[in-house]
Amino acid sequence: MALKRMILSLGVAVTVSMGLGAPAMAQLEGEVTQASAREFRVALPDFNANTPEAQALADQITAIMRNDLRSTGLFDLLTPDSFIQQDLSVLVQPRFADWRIIDTESLGIGEVEIMDDGRMRVAFRLWDTAQEQEHLLSGRRGRQYVTTSENLRRVAHVLADDIYTSLTGDEGYFDSRIVFIAESGPRTARVKRLAIMDQDGANAEFLTNGQHTVLTPRFSPSDQTITYMTYERGRPQVYLFDIETGRSEALGQFQGMTYAPRFSPDGNSVIMAQADNGNSDIYIMDLNSRRRTRLTDHPAIDTSPSMSPDGDEIVFTSDRGGTPQLYVMNRDGSMRTCPSGGRDVACRITFGSGRYSTPVWSPRGDLIAFTRQANGRFYIGVIEPDGEGERLLTEAYLDEGPAWSPNGRVIIFFREDRPGASPALYTVDLTGRNLRRLNTPGDASDPAWSPTLR
Amino acid sequence: MKNKMFKLVSVAGIALALGACASNPPVEEEVAVTTPPPVRDTTPPPVRDEVVTSREVVQGPPPGTVQDFIVNVGERVYFDTDRYNLDADDMAVLNRQAAWLQAYPTVRIMVAGNCDERGTREYNLGLGERRANSVKDYLVSRGISADRIETISYGKERPIDGRSTPEAWEVNRNSHTQIVSGQVG
Repeated sequence: MALKRMILSLGVAVTVSMGLGAPAMAQLEGEVTQASAREFRVALPDFNANTPEAQALADQITAIMRNDLRSTGLFDLLTPDSFIQQDLSVLVQPRFADWRIIDTESLGIGEVEIMDDGRMRVAFRLWDTAQEQEHLLSGRRGRQYVTTSENLRRVAHVLADDIYTSLTGDEGYFDSRIVFIAESGPRTARVKRLAIMDQDGANAEFLTNGQHTVLTPRFSPSDQTITYMTYERGRPQVYLFDIETGRSEALGQFQGMTYAPRFSPDGNSVIMAQADNGNSDIYIMDLNSRRRTRLTDHPAIDTSPSMSPDGDEIVFTSDRGGTPQLYVMNRDGSMRTCPSGGRDVACRITFGSGRYSTPVWSPRGDLIAFTRQANGRFYIGVIEPDGEGERLLTEAYLDEGPAWSPNGRVIIFFREDRPGASPALYTVDLTGRNLRRLNTPGDASDPAWSPTLR
Repeated sequence: MKNKMFKLVSVAGIALALGACASNPPVEEEVAVTTPPPVRDTTPPPVRDEVVTSREVVQGPPPGTVQDFIVNVGERVYFDTDRYNLDADDMAVLNRQAAWLQAYPTVRIMVAGNCDERGTREYNLGLGERRANSVKDYLVSRGISADRIETISYGKERPIDGRSTPEAWEVNRNSHTQIVSGQVG
């Protein structure tokens, strides 16, 4: 228990940062247009419990759930002081009028029991107090889990996911993890380690010992594998890391440097850049056959490829136009009709001032997130794949390396908020308004989201 | 750019000062391009400590050593933002590197390309690779075998000045030539 509490203390994790530099952002094209985000008014009273030990577990579960829901900026969690009905039970329909009168739209009722065999049973139901009916959770009336208390955090995240999905209609993402680079030491001798933690910052652990610089980890969409770049053998190469076994392996042996890897959406391939004799091009490697196919052949730097969810298109960074910009091409290399009118193998989609890089295609397919550098500042933004609708979501001295939540609603990235500042992880929603800093055990960069764990 | 010039001048100044009271002047570009001096016997001569000490005081680093390369030749060339082309200052340094490598033909080098922090990590890895290869290509054009030259990109991972200032960015945009094997002494 002492250990659990210690880990948890890493976790309750999120502090809101306020204040985008709105005037500076307004100088750029594609400034933020803020969609009005709906806030769901939710009551989540303390769960009932059959013993004091069970109550302690219950309190942890509700704290984790509330933190998850608050972190989205989509839920207004009502304060317990206002609750009228106190005699709640998962077995009994609540007195809806008591909840409507304090403007509750949804009410979650839960209980925790420690069973004779020592395991815990967690039951939960969600009510629509306006319509006086029950919200289905994953198609069912209520959820119940019997498990050991080690799985407490996951149970809490799964229940919070149920609430999120039931009310917003989008897939929840709380039962997921973040892989990132943990940084320490002076800038001229930086130690960089592969690290992983829960989506809310809990259970952080190192996966490599820091002996070799590692960069840009990305999760497989289909299993517990990470692809990343390491200087382990001197020459920078793309590797795979198996989280379950802790084993790593080089992804092929190539002339020159391989870098900027990402999995294909089906998890069967890794798309990456390879530099040979100073020139970077895009390649894709099939993970079963280990056969590699060249996708671009251009004297410019082509790097940072990311595939569309259907696998048919690729967005990447290229400086073929003189500065780094985003380009979209077909996976099969066929000609496209570009937004600008002409036909080409790769179409430029960014035309704002400054430089664009690190594109990453949303899992929903509708947007591409990127880093933009202009006027001495860095921005995280999104743009539609045809180059329309650019919006900037964040601005700082350095904002870099966006990655999507599994449901395509949240972007995680890293920030140095002023010259000389240490890098830290932040999340932002697609309105740009819900900007939050994630607590990590030390400096952190290069975050990437896992798929949801179920 | 001013800062970079200052650095180059100051290195040359040290070399001249050392050379002024030495029998061997610092290596010049023209020297040894056509007729490299014979490689010295790598067996250290059985000299007494105090003799070596006094020689170093008078002459600077022994020729053919890593210190000789760093002090008398110059190990880095510097680039403008987002650029990888070599200007006249860079070529002067690389001409000295080529001459030195002609003089010591067993030496193998690693050229590392570096970038400042004002770019994204992945693009900078590509840019660093280009910078390293600019230097490699130039040395090859000056007669150094490509087999003796490895390249690596560190992108923005290896700043030599850890500050976030324009002065730091100037020196952090560089290609760094390091001797990896075959040096004398």
